[in-house]
Amino acid sequence: MDGNLKSKWDELIQPGLVHGSLYYDEAIFREEIDKIWFKTWVYIGHESEVPDNNDFVTKSLGTMPILMVRDSKGEIQLLQNRCPHRGNAVCVQDKGNRARFTCPYHSWTFSNSGDLINYAFPEGYAGTDKSQLGLSKVPRIAIYRGFIFGSMAEEGPTIEEHLGGAKSVIDRLCDNSPTGEVEISAGFLQHRTRANWKFVYENEVDGYHPAFVHSSIFSVADSGITDLYGADAVAVTRSFGKGHLEVDPRPEFRKRDVPMSWFGTTADKLPDYVNQMNAAYGEEKAREIMIDGTPHAVIFPNLFIAEIQIFVIQPVGPGECVQHSTAIQFKDAPDINRRLRQQTMGSVGPAGFLLADDTEMYERNQRGLEIRDPEYLYLKRGEHRERQDEDGYLIAHSTDDMPSREFWSHYKSLMEANT
Amino acid sequence: MTMEAIDIAGPEILKEWVGKSRVYEKSFNPELMHEIQQFIFREARLQDIHDYDAWEDLWTDDGLYWVPANGTDTDPERQMSLIYDNRSRIALRIRQLKTGRRHSQTPPSQLARVVSNFELLKAGNDGDIHVMCTAQIFETNLRGDTMWASRNEYTLRRVGGELKMAYKKVVLINNNKAIYTLSFLI
Repeated sequence: MDGNLKSKWDELIQPGLVHGSLYYDEAIFREEIDKIWFKTWVYIGHESEVPDNNDFVTKSLGTMPILMVRDSKGEIQLLQNRCPHRGNAVCVQDKGNRARFTCPYHSWTFSNSGDLINYAFPEGYAGTDKSQLGLSKVPRIAIYRGFIFGSMAEEGPTIEEHLGGAKSVIDRLCDNSPTGEVEISAGFLQHRTRANWKFVYENEVDGYHPAFVHSSIFSVADSGITDLYGADAVAVTRSFGKGHLEVDPRPEFRKRDVPMSWFGTTADKLPDYVNQMNAAYGEEKAREIMIDGTPHAVIFPNLFIAEIQIFVIQPVGPGECVQHSTAIQFKDAPDINRRLRQQTMGSVGPAGFLLADDTEMYERNQRGLEIRDPEYLYLKRGEHRERQDEDGYLIAHSTDDMPSREFWSHYKSLMEANT
Repeated sequence: MTMEAIDIAGPEILKEWVGKSRVYEKSFNPELMHEIQQFIFREARLQDIHDYDAWEDLWTDDGLYWVPANGTDTDPERQMSLIYDNRSRIALRIRQLKTGRRHSQTPPSQLARVVSNFELLKAGNDGDIHVMCTAQIFETNLRGDTMWASRNEYTLRRVGGELKMAYKKVVLINNNKAIYTLSFLI
């Protein structure tokens, strides 16, 4: 690129301004699939979704369906659900347990680690090397504390390099479990959304909207969330780089200094959980964890850890995506798990007290972009008060647009790459 | 394929969607059926016109409102449901709608629903009335037009001479798929 010429991406993404076409243009969406979804690490699922050998669940990587399998030897496999013969699906179930997948079209049969075992009437394939005709795998797979990521790039940064400081988000979440492990075992709500996936991702770390979008539920339920997102809030937003972002309410919770306040309750309501935490970590450390609570963070490009639930964002087209959401469960902590499920069911999914209204906003934003003046979205809130924390991460006020600016900066770097 | 194989394979595959087998009432009590239908038609109308208070009044004090996800007979105490409201959460849902700031219902969905295929289930000893029916709903809102279809199961109870809802389960036919926002009363 000529240094004097601005790239397409310099035009579309300027400091604090992003062009509307980034959300609606079909060609840009296709380019994102290649340069983001098939390039970086993408969250696929959690090990606890396939607890036993031969368990499988259907997942996605970008727009592509994926079979997440625990194979007959107990290894996690990410298989592409496409018969190498003529492209039929080898599995049409959402989940199940089976050692083999047989394509219904010509009966090609695969092991659950992807190897081609048999095809019908094999004499027609005399001399064929079966080992070249297995189900394709997602080339790279990495598991961190049960969270399974896949990358379609044969080479690239390791998962540790990709996550960087955002690893601490997963650690903080798991530390809230007395066993140090979380489970994703309650099944997903699937919320169809007529909006671009990036509107969803950006909203997850937008601390400016809750006071308005969620005022209906805040006004009738005693949630205690309101304090986190007001003009006087001490909560901050933080960028870990590479598009990983969080809203960090810990300053507020530490000010309150009440264990389980983050969860809108008190320790005496969850005696079993508190005892388990004290036994696992010692009282002092357990108290710190139970004051700080779980994180509110996004891991680029599709995982949102939302305190007590996770969301997985699946892009479908420039104007459509699916939000998959479910309660996080702490392994072997039944008394808190029931509350985690109940609160999640109330909040999220198509009928949720919160997410129905968030989604209404995404869909209105998407339709709004049909109006082409102004051409750009305005993301400059809090530019003057960005600063670094003691670890060198960029932080800002909880209601500022810094997370969006950081998202777009990383997005631009990926989209500008030639390969 | 043998007939036995079909008998076994059919229900096994469909089980998640049809749900557990039920015992239907074979005798026909026209007066009771009329009363039940009038009650459920009225419930449908109150939902369609967003008469939230009147709809909430239809519930017993221990009412349970359940819209499962990913199947028919899931375990709501283990698995995520679209709605799993006890009586106090039903009240909260109504209070939120009544603020006028429930954005996904501002403006409210315009709705017309048809409820049909009523069948009584065999009654137990507790005097409750168990009834199955099918519903289709047309919704139009800012996003566009959406069709919803469900199998519904009610437990109705006589309280002070009037029928009330103690239980309403709405099994959306596409509840294993990604569905649009569902913030009207289904």
